[in-house]
Amino acid sequence: MKTYLSFLIIFLSFSHFFAQNEIENNEAITKKLPSVKLKDYKGKVVNTAELGLKGPIIFSFWATWCAPCKKELNAINDLYSDWQAETGVTLVAVSIDDEKTKSQVAIYVDGKAWEYIVLLDPNGDFKRAMGVNNVPHTFLVDTDGTIVYSHNNYAPGDEEKLYEEIKKLSLK
Amino acid sequence: MKYFFFAIFFSPLFFFSQANISGNIESTFQYLNNDSLIGATQPDQKGLINSYMNVFYTHGKFKAGLRVESYLPRIQGYPNRFDGTGIGMRYVGYANDLVDVTLGTFYEQFGSGLALRAYEDRALGYDNLLDGMRLIVRPKSGVVLKGVYGYQRLSFQQGKLMYGDGIVRGLDGEINLNEAVKKLENFPLTMVFGTSFVSKFQVDDDPSLVLPKNVGAYGARAKFRYKNVTLDGEYIIKEQDPSNDNSKIYNYGHASVINLSYTKKGLGILLSGKSVDNMSYRSDRTKDLQDVLINYLPSLNKTHTYNLVSTLYPYVTQLLGEVAFQGDVLYTFKKGTKIGGKYGTSVNFNVSTTYQPIKHTSSINPIDSTGVAYITRPFDKSDSLYWRDININVTKKINKNLSFIFSYFNITINNDVAKISNDAVGIISSHIGVIEAAYKINKTHSIRTELQGMFLEKEKGNYNGSCLDEEKGFIKDKGNWATLLVEYSISPSYFFSFMDQYNYGNPIESKRIHYPIITCGYIKDATRFTVSYGRQRAGLFCVGGVCRFVPANNGLTFSFTQSF
Repeated sequence: MKTYLSFLIIFLSFSHFFAQNEIENNEAITKKLPSVKLKDYKGKVVNTAELGLKGPIIFSFWATWCAPCKKELNAINDLYSDWQAETGVTLVAVSIDDEKTKSQVAIYVDGKAWEYIVLLDPNGDFKRAMGVNNVPHTFLVDTDGTIVYSHNNYAPGDEEKLYEEIKKLSLK
Repeated sequence: MKYFFFAIFFSPLFFFSQANISGNIESTFQYLNNDSLIGATQPDQKGLINSYMNVFYTHGKFKAGLRVESYLPRIQGYPNRFDGTGIGMRYVGYANDLVDVTLGTFYEQFGSGLALRAYEDRALGYDNLLDGMRLIVRPKSGVVLKGVYGYQRLSFQQGKLMYGDGIVRGLDGEINLNEAVKKLENFPLTMVFGTSFVSKFQVDDDPSLVLPKNVGAYGARAKFRYKNVTLDGEYIIKEQDPSNDNSKIYNYGHASVINLSYTKKGLGILLSGKSVDNMSYRSDRTKDLQDVLINYLPSLNKTHTYNLVSTLYPYVTQLLGEVAFQGDVLYTFKKGTKIGGKYGTSVNFNVSTTYQPIKHTSSINPIDSTGVAYITRPFDKSDSLYWRDININVTKKINKNLSFIFSYFNITINNDVAKISNDAVGIISSHIGVIEAAYKINKTHSIRTELQGMFLEKEKGNYNGSCLDEEKGFIKDKGNWATLLVEYSISPSYFFSFMDQYNYGNPIESKRIHYPIITCGYIKDATRFTVSYGRQRAGLFCVGGVCRFVPANNGLTFSFTQSF
């Protein structure tokens, strides 16, 4: 137990020092997009940190068995073409469905005619790296790969708040 | 002392920029009351709490992470060997374009998981991580080779990780031909092939049997995609593995899955098949339930979300053998058509069935020395039904503010095989109807309701209980249920919900009980608080292929989550 504690103290003191350093340099403490290799729903391997997209990116963690997640993504889908035209944003829907329901992802995505990039995270590697506790959890990432906003819920109207955050980015 | 090297590793790195820390915190507290009506009891401590914090650190090519977890004591329904506070996961690693190496704990999945899957599902208290070493090599684009070596997490006692008895080793290779071979880059047919080999070692301490100390599981997989059609499948064989699960037989085991799908914008069709025989594969042959499973064999059916549908009669894969099929269709009627209306209408139809496999014994001499009990072949099924689920749902948006989802489910479960209730024998068949309505009051306020009804088929025959209706037969299990849910949310930060589940059709009059519960939540960005108070029905809570029985309880639950 003692060794755990001393380890934690060392760990925390260094991270504190790090944080201080960042603030002194007038930089906000930022969270960068982690690099995890995932497959898209067509089987192609992609690196989450190198998607090669131009504008801001929304990462939305969802699952075929998560009703509020589907409500959120269906709501955004109705607005998506406007959002893209106005801000250049791309939505990446990260499915955390495991082998039980993974094969239903493509059925749902195409059945609902979503225009999103859809990635599969069947063993939760990206979910863990992003610190996601439960779905739906939506992140907004700026063009530098910095996570600028996140929201761990969906209620109708949340998409408006998300869009305000996207517009803030495109004004920069 | 053991962790001193972590500190050394970490210390210089914080002086540079580009370091990144992320993670999350989760804490769930329960204060429970006695409630004799539903069989809920107050624990001696009265208050229960589970807490977790993950910290992931990356700096360029270097990575490290740890999880501190705490059970003081564990919340209700959690596995009983979780107690104390300590480190439940920790690793260091390095990754560049060619290699990705991890020392310490890690999660991993080979193919579809039939041979190996180490993963965590905190809601279930499931964590079979491997503690050892993993090396992933990507020698060229489209080629991935993996090697793993480790002991499996069994439990967490007095704040310390406890491991299964056996060691797990594995190798996996996968090639995407279209990425690896330049000439095939634009070939219309996409081809991915993979193969796995997994082996476990456990000492043979059985005085009467000669048990295999090393047990392998191996097989291959493939995925093809041509235009809108995808076909994928995997086949795994497991060597002789006499265990408590299979009553120490010396049969080989096998598992196969196959999926065929066709999708285009507005339409998705899926056909799946799965066949399993003698595939319980654990790093300790004496363990059972959800302990130290090396592989992952989820049931082949849709994961439902409405509470009466999901937790009263869920089905779990029979590791000893089953043959299952599933069909799923989702079609969206376009906007502007008669059925599609102004916003489009989606219809989803799903059927899944599971049967007992045929076990051929005519050529088997049960008392010979081979220990082979029967012969099976993939997809060789009998007519004995384990599970059937036929369901349909229609999503209809009436106008900008009002939408409906109508659903119907017919679920049949064989309670003698997939035991779900102590109050019934044989087949339990239920019909469930759900109407969900959502109304957006204004830009931020909205209300959502669910009305659910579950109706059990009555059974004719010789029942000597008290609930026999000569005409209609007797009521099975706990009879009919109804649920009402009302949820009011204010975007983006608040929600309030009230739910009542009512077992109005219970054959025993004193058990026709209401289970009311009220929940409030506050969400600010990546922070989330929820408080609920009321009764929770006992049920089998399942995620993927693993289920946890949660006993009935009555009280207060407070939960807090934070991501960073």
